[in-house]
Amino acid sequence: MNLEFGRIADSLPYILEGIPITLKIVAAAALLGFSLGIILALFKITRIKLLNWIADVYTSIFRGTPLVLQLMLIYYGSPQIFGIQIEAVTAAFLSFGLNSAAYISEVIRAGILAIDKGQNEAAMALGVPYARSMWDIILPQAMKNILPALVNEFITLTKESAIVTVIGITDIMRRSYIVGGETYKFFEPILFAGLIYYIMVMVLTLLGKAIERRMRRSD
Amino acid sequence: MIKIDNLHKSFGKLEVLKGISTTIKEGEVVAIIGPSGSGKSTFLRCMNLLEQPTEGKILIKDQDITDKKTNIMKIRQSVGMVFQHFHLFPHKTVLENLTYAPIKVKGLSKAEAEKQAMELLGKVGLTEKANEYPNRLSGGQKQRVAISRALAMNPDIILFDEPTSALDPEMVKEVLDVMKSLAHTGITMAIVTHEMGFAREVADRVMFLDGGILVEDTTPEEFFSAPKSKRAKEFLEKML
Repeated sequence: MNLEFGRIADSLPYILEGIPITLKIVAAAALLGFSLGIILALFKITRIKLLNWIADVYTSIFRGTPLVLQLMLIYYGSPQIFGIQIEAVTAAFLSFGLNSAAYISEVIRAGILAIDKGQNEAAMALGVPYARSMWDIILPQAMKNILPALVNEFITLTKESAIVTVIGITDIMRRSYIVGGETYKFFEPILFAGLIYYIMVMVLTLLGKAIERRMRRSD
Repeated sequence: MIKIDNLHKSFGKLEVLKGISTTIKEGEVVAIIGPSGSGKSTFLRCMNLLEQPTEGKILIKDQDITDKKTNIMKIRQSVGMVFQHFHLFPHKTVLENLTYAPIKVKGLSKAEAEKQAMELLGKVGLTEKANEYPNRLSGGQKQRVAISRALAMNPDIILFDEPTSALDPEMVKEVLDVMKSLAHTGITMAIVTHEMGFAREVADRVMFLDGGILVEDTTPEEFFSAPKSKRAKEFLEKML
């Protein structure tokens, strides 16, 4: 196997410039997915049937269709949905965030249900209202238990973000492909992109482990 | 202090409480005993509405807690509860366990709440554990913290749901001692327990439940020396 990174050396900075674009989309999507995921999870465990139903239908739709399809629907459909053509980056962050919320809500729901119901009873017995007890007592414990699953979800998000390439966003993936087209050398730039993704995932993994250690103080 | 009138509770088709009526006076220490499945825990849990009664009324300080209009959160602030499995908040330190509700529910300042919490921990001999997490404590220590947590809200009533049943035998005494020190200090105590010696020695009254019915409601002397019902006699023979 002969690798010729020399021929693409000048283009490496161009590929690296894709990192902030990818990171922006992933960070915004993770934030949206996490916030909406908590709300959906609460919808799923409430006694109000309508909210259960809404959350279940939401999850089934976003889990039941390909992510790339959701991305295209939101991007190409935006003039018909919102009345304006939204930017590709906005479409990417929306579709990834909305999609991720479906998965995250399931993770959080399971996390909440795994907490001993005595915890909520103890809070109730002290006169703590349900919402407060959920926020101060139940969710922090649930988060600790589901952290590995959440990190996993964010890792998936980072890697899957490569498909934004299909709506023309010049992220890491697309840039490496462009460099390939210009130099007639595809293997090296794509290999380089792979290395960038791998490093980003490693950083996320280490970050997750650090947070986990912090949260395990009480064990 | 607590007035219970014709209390019924069913779980689906299973009727656990079949019409209980009694009154617990202010400052009284009541031991609730009976065989397992007799409904004694359910009875206790109805008193702060952790279980919703199917029928009947419960008045706490003249307020009907089964009335939808009653603010149960407000009532619960003055009715503490101690659980069999402690249910301390594992992600909070011992001190935070004691200060959480006083700060968040009663609106005490952090300094006030901490001062009061340290006093309470002093009384149960756990001052040096204030900054530990509950998982580092023994069962007996956890339960002493749980009692302190209930006391931190300054309740008029404390409900004890089998407070020593989950403890190793050598730790039962330290918890009973704390409860003994609380008895007859003006706080009303309702205690579901299997500790017959404790009931006999500390309680003002014994309620004996069997099959969801309040079979005997009398003084400990009378109950332990001359139980009236056949069921109580059989129970005591097994226990003693």
